[in-house]
Amino acid sequence: MNGTANAKQIPTDASPEKLRVENVSKSFRMRRETVQALDSVSLDVREGEFVCLCGPSGCGKSTLLNIVAGLEKPDSGRVLADGKPIEGPGSERMMMFQQSSLFPWLDTMGNVLFSLKLKPRLTNQERREVAEFYLRLVGLEKFMRANIHELSGGMRQRVALARALAPNPRMLLMDEPFGALDAMTREQLHGDLQRIWEKHRKTIVFVTHDVREAVCLGDRVVLFSPHPGRVRGQYEIPLPRPRNVNGGELAKYAIEITEALKGKGNGSASQREESP
Amino acid sequence: MNRWLVRIAFFTVLLVAWELLVRAEVWSRVLVPSPLGVAEYFVESISDGSLLQASAVTLRRLLCGYAVGLAVGLPLGLLIARVNFFEDTLGLIALGLQTLPSVCWAPLALLWFGQTEVAMFFIVVMGSVWSVMLATDAGVRHMPPIYVRAARTMGSRGLRTWLKVIIPASLPFIVSGMKQGWAFAWRSLMAAEIFITILTGIGLGHLLHYGRELHAMEQVIAIMITIIVIGLLADKILFSPLERFMHRRWGTAKA
Repeated sequence: MNGTANAKQIPTDASPEKLRVENVSKSFRMRRETVQALDSVSLDVREGEFVCLCGPSGCGKSTLLNIVAGLEKPDSGRVLADGKPIEGPGSERMMMFQQSSLFPWLDTMGNVLFSLKLKPRLTNQERREVAEFYLRLVGLEKFMRANIHELSGGMRQRVALARALAPNPRMLLMDEPFGALDAMTREQLHGDLQRIWEKHRKTIVFVTHDVREAVCLGDRVVLFSPHPGRVRGQYEIPLPRPRNVNGGELAKYAIEITEALKGKGNGSASQREESP
Repeated sequence: MNRWLVRIAFFTVLLVAWELLVRAEVWSRVLVPSPLGVAEYFVESISDGSLLQASAVTLRRLLCGYAVGLAVGLPLGLLIARVNFFEDTLGLIALGLQTLPSVCWAPLALLWFGQTEVAMFFIVVMGSVWSVMLATDAGVRHMPPIYVRAARTMGSRGLRTWLKVIIPASLPFIVSGMKQGWAFAWRSLMAAEIFITILTGIGLGHLLHYGRELHAMEQVIAIMITIIVIGLLADKILFSPLERFMHRRWGTAKA
């Protein structure tokens, strides 16, 4: 991080318990039945931690992320961000989606500026500098004036990452952001995301159904099981970074977690005690 | 460049063929005037100012009515797209009235407002407002919901989301609705000017009407050409910039 752009950042308050999810339940009424997406889920995320929520589809991990984002409300339980209950969506918790959510009527720069325009304290010159800094960070300095349709899938997600980081949110919520990319592009973005996270130590909650991806990126992997969505176990991943998704060490963790999901393994030294 | 040559050659051949057929007396001269006669009318009516004045009167009526059609149709379209109550009520009315050919408003406008500018204005507004409204509605409904979700997580809400996300995201639909509204406004105004004789200004429709009454076929043809040219110019001036912008940004094929 170079000093001049660092000075442009908006300060965030630091507190040890960044995010606290307490007994959150949520169900959806379908045509015939009611689906219990989340059943009394509790979770804590520390400041600067990279947590991956992992599980098969239908386990409620995306629902939990939407609740943390403020896009949906829990039926019961509560979610505290920095000690305060979440009232609704806002730029202190920026979200990245699986599909490209970039605005096609704006160019690359315009998309990053969109999130910054909602910061009233900055001048336009400062906004531009912040946007340029983050586009450089994700390696898109040559594409600032490009139209979105001209960018590849990987580049679009890079722009989305720059857009999410630019207003300096207190945490980043990522909902399978690399799920729609090809394997090679995904590996590149794993590398980029780790590099950026090491520099900025942003609190990240990352949802994926790919166990290897979760182990590759997370300090901790929270495993969900479906029907109803529950936390099955939590795994600390003490591997050094940068990690390669094809690394051998990483595979051991991935296998252990996959076994646990099938109901065979019952955890090892790395698994945390599950609070009741 | 080559394509322009083809176009010019095509129209030259067409005009020459027309002139030759008229000279060969294939049809009565009263019914089919020569292109030179039409050109003569153009020169006369432009030099005495009558054609330009009539065009100005017609365009002023058209632009006023169309502007109001847009100003009413756009917000109502947004409203029926987002509020079910308005979709079920106003939306149905719009759907019904859009199918009504706008010339059908002429008798009602005459009875309500008499032979006045208000009647003209009313017909133009009625001709354009419904298609603008329904196109806006369709645009908002076809917008991927992820745009609004993304905007909300970035802290955008209320009016800002409407102006900066929902309307631009619906732009391709809105522009095609605007074009349709323009075409309907143009048609309904011509019908109104032919139907309704008023003293506050002679428009192109009136010139067309008098041309018929006086058996001045040169005038009828010349006015028809004028109307076509104005329509084409409006398309180029009003909508082409918007369409070029959309093709560039969205990456859709150039029409």
